[in-house]
Amino acid sequence: MSKTIGQQILISGVGGQGVLFITSLLAEAAINKGLPVFTSETHGMAQRGGTVVSHLKVGEFSSPLIRPFKADGLLVLKDENIAQHGAFLKTGGWAVVNSANDLKAEKKIAASAIDADKLAQEIFNPKSANLIVLGFALARAGRTSMDRINLFCSLTDIKRVLKGKFRGREKLLNSSVKALEAGYKKCLK
Amino acid sequence: MSKRKLLLGNEAIARGLIESGCAIATSYPGTPASEILAAVAYFQKEASLSMHTQWAVNEKVAFEIAYAGCQTGLRSAVSMKQVGLNVASDPLMSAAYMGIKGGFVLISADDPGPHSSQTEQDSRLMAMFAKIPVLDPDSPRQAKELMGVAYEISESFKTLVMVRPTTRVCHSRQDITLGSIPKNKREVKFEKNPARWAATPKFRLQLHKELEEKLAAIANYRPTAPKKLNPKAKSARAIIASGVAAAHTKDILKELKIWSKMPFYQVIQPFPLHRKFIAHIIDTYEEVLVIEETMGVIEMQLADRYRVKGKLSNTVPKVGELLPEKIQEIISDFAGLKSEKFTIKSAPGRRPTLCPGCPHRASFFAIKKAAPRGIYTSDIGCYTLGLNLGAVDTVLCMGAAISQASGFYHAYKNEEKRPDIVATIGDSTFFHAGVPALIDAVVQKVGFVLVILDNRTTAMTGNQPTPATGHGACGEPTETVDIESLVRGCGVKFIQESNPYELKEFIALLKKAVKYSRKNGPAVVISKYPCVLHRARQGETGEYIPVEVTEECDGCGYCIKHFECPALIFHDDEEDKRVSIDPILCTSCGVCLNVCPKGAFVAKE
Repeated sequence: MSKTIGQQILISGVGGQGVLFITSLLAEAAINKGLPVFTSETHGMAQRGGTVVSHLKVGEFSSPLIRPFKADGLLVLKDENIAQHGAFLKTGGWAVVNSANDLKAEKKIAASAIDADKLAQEIFNPKSANLIVLGFALARAGRTSMDRINLFCSLTDIKRVLKGKFRGREKLLNSSVKALEAGYKKCLK
Repeated sequence: MSKRKLLLGNEAIARGLIESGCAIATSYPGTPASEILAAVAYFQKEASLSMHTQWAVNEKVAFEIAYAGCQTGLRSAVSMKQVGLNVASDPLMSAAYMGIKGGFVLISADDPGPHSSQTEQDSRLMAMFAKIPVLDPDSPRQAKELMGVAYEISESFKTLVMVRPTTRVCHSRQDITLGSIPKNKREVKFEKNPARWAATPKFRLQLHKELEEKLAAIANYRPTAPKKLNPKAKSARAIIASGVAAAHTKDILKELKIWSKMPFYQVIQPFPLHRKFIAHIIDTYEEVLVIEETMGVIEMQLADRYRVKGKLSNTVPKVGELLPEKIQEIISDFAGLKSEKFTIKSAPGRRPTLCPGCPHRASFFAIKKAAPRGIYTSDIGCYTLGLNLGAVDTVLCMGAAISQASGFYHAYKNEEKRPDIVATIGDSTFFHAGVPALIDAVVQKVGFVLVILDNRTTAMTGNQPTPATGHGACGEPTETVDIESLVRGCGVKFIQESNPYELKEFIALLKKAVKYSRKNGPAVVISKYPCVLHRARQGETGEYIPVEVTEECDGCGYCIKHFECPALIFHDDEEDKRVSIDPILCTSCGVCLNVCPKGAFVAKE
């Protein structure tokens, strides 16, 4: 992977959904690949159910923030956040949204919807919607069809990060990988 | 041995302290600074260092402890958020005159926005006020580097040094190379010198003269002189920036394709601003734009009011966080380019609220039952979110819940109709600033109820320990101070502990306290139940009382309005307004069983 890569991804949700966790997985994946990475997070008040957004930039950036209409991609864990954060997406950018609706009403951005909350209940891991959404996005990155997205890392890269993070905690590792793969497979259907 | 690791800005700052041989580190939690001390403790344990690292009761005490450390020759550091600096400002002003023996670094983290503070004040201005130099990092990487630079300045010029990161430095993560940790230990020796360390006013004049000389010398210190980042660029106009604003500007100038055309200077040391730099700027450029947060500290030192533009000239907005899209607009205007205006229409987003199962929710619900037309003074912490239940009327600063209750009492005491006054304060906040105010209330026989919300932690900032917890920053055992004894020691006669989850009994106790306070002075109720988030992280659980909403629910919305638990979902269907419980969010605390006036909430079989 060339060092001149420049990818900007916004991850949006509400406190408690694990927005920062997903951000750190992607950031660690970038470090493992020798890529420069910069993230920006909201702490504190956000934990109490407030809106959380984190900015992830892979490449040679000085500024930690993504500007409106500049994000290459958007991971939205709470669909109501599209109203606020959809405007960060550049023209032609990609979005994966945790939503029970099909989002055809959101004409402004070409988003894939996945009912990650429902899927999370089905795999008996109610808090894993964040990993499911990430898995789905990784699948889109792997596709060779029309809605392929450009992502700096793969499913294998993220699994490697999970293995490192949950070393010695088999149960947590297994359930996390399961959630990730559930989202991945959902996309390929 | 160089290892690349993803570090939070605050972790990078901590690493910088450790790699500079800091031997005493103190702090009080406050967003965005809280993670600094926790990271110091982490690195300390990892490398088995014998330094002293602690959370102190408040920022003033934290500062004084660290300062005494530096008076013995050890390198010390104290960290806090910008409003915490207000609390530490008393020792700061005095210490600045006295100087240091071992290096002393004061880290004051600002919160432009503000995202989670009472103000968006600029700590660099406080440094100017105190007459100490301040460094302004633009990223986690630079923040780590500047720790070493700060100690060098401190020891070379015998002065305290401030380092001022902001939220976007503190809470950004960047890949950073770790350095080695020094092994040599310093001699610990306090050398008596009362003319300095106990200086009375006569000696203070001499110290002040010395301080001014130090500043003049630091304004000539080469290593921290402003740098022109694009030496080849030549123009009649130039841009100066510091901190994160400089980081944003770097990217924006490149994107606007004017990097080779617009001279750009980054300032690392906003105060004192280098003399040669000031002269160079004034001599060279017709117009200068200064981009910095949150006040025009650099700008005000470039005293040409016609040619220098920035906050003071209203070219850069005086309030709110300086987001990169705003910087892009300002630079485009300054450079004569067509500027795209990106104003994202601000959608409301979700407001923060107390967690499902939070004991504060129960406490506030009970307070409104016991004193429905009361004045509710409150304070700073998770419980400030009692605002959402209509149970918080005032929030000023740490400890003010009690003193404001006193103030309201004295204002109303000769009136015919006197409202009940119920103050709420957290356990950590009480230790921080509540004790002196409570003593005053006892002495003045203030008729109010103080509810101390004891969830056994400093929750909002990340569950740091309090004096009642029993362990310190490194997990080491500490002595404890019991709140009930402390309150009794303040002279309060009505004190009782109660569990807010036992809502009926808790409300009855509050009513008793309110009645007492109307004639007899302060009544204190200690609402005791652990923070559920903290408890869950430690792998423990509490009650398990699953609740369901029956057909009796007529959608009156009372529970939503007055209990406001995020697990309660209001279905606003035309025909069928009702409430249900979200199984993902609900913690089965069972408190809501006592809330519904229609009896529609029942425990599941």
